[in-house]
Amino acid sequence: MGNGTSIGRVRGLGSAHSGASNWLQERLTGIASLVVSLYLLFSLLMMPSINYLTVRAWLVHPLPATAMVLFVIVNFWHARSGLLVVIEDYVHEAGSAFAARAALNFVAFGGAAFGILTTVRLALGA
Amino acid sequence: MGIFAKMASANKVGARNRPLSPHLQIWRWGPAMLVSILHRVTGGGLSVVGLAVLLWWLGALASGPAAYATFSAVMGAWYGKVVLVGLTWAFFQHLCTGLRHFVLDMGAGYELESNARWSVLTIVISVVLTAGVWACILAR
Repeated sequence: MGNGTSIGRVRGLGSAHSGASNWLQERLTGIASLVVSLYLLFSLLMMPSINYLTVRAWLVHPLPATAMVLFVIVNFWHARSGLLVVIEDYVHEAGSAFAARAALNFVAFGGAAFGILTTVRLALGA
Repeated sequence: MGIFAKMASANKVGARNRPLSPHLQIWRWGPAMLVSILHRVTGGGLSVVGLAVLLWWLGALASGPAAYATFSAVMGAWYGKVVLVGLTWAFFQHLCTGLRHFVLDMGAGYELESNARWSVLTIVISVVLTAGVWACILAR
């Protein structure tokens, strides 16, 4: 790789100088996921059962609905950060890596949008 | 062929024949290596299977009682329970090894003995917590 040599710099090789942000996002979303996940886990374990009516009646309240929306955002973000590193590690061909990153972004944003919409729909009583 | 074209083609050959670092089969397995791999595997599993189950659950809730009944039937069957118990364990394992990574990120926990001890403990804790959660679920 272009280890700081002039030709390497011209080819755009070497450090992208942006890796630390994904690394930090991974840690921060990890902490956030820990907090929200444990809240939801305890809430679900405290419920007498998780049948349709019980869960629905619980999820329409503002606090559980907020937690669920945050849970979706934080975990899709965390999964995206983590899988990005997995792609960097195992997909070496530039074109395939680009396609894999694009696919990951589509799935992560699409999945998060669906999770948020369904929760908001329930919370607003539809 | 100009000098730069020669250098470029030599570079390509070099990239193809570049020696690869030794991989899984050559290292002696140890607790740190195991939980490092488990962290990645459980993270991948939670990302793909865990988030898919989450979206199915939320989608079924939003769609109505019939869709929720289908979801409950699949998750209540033996194969559904295997997936859910697996996800519970993967969650706690990833949580424990994630916390281990925070400690390592701070530059602590690299002494051989404590590193191995905490690696093994992440597995012990994740199995105990998984058993605890499912004991709560089955007891109610």
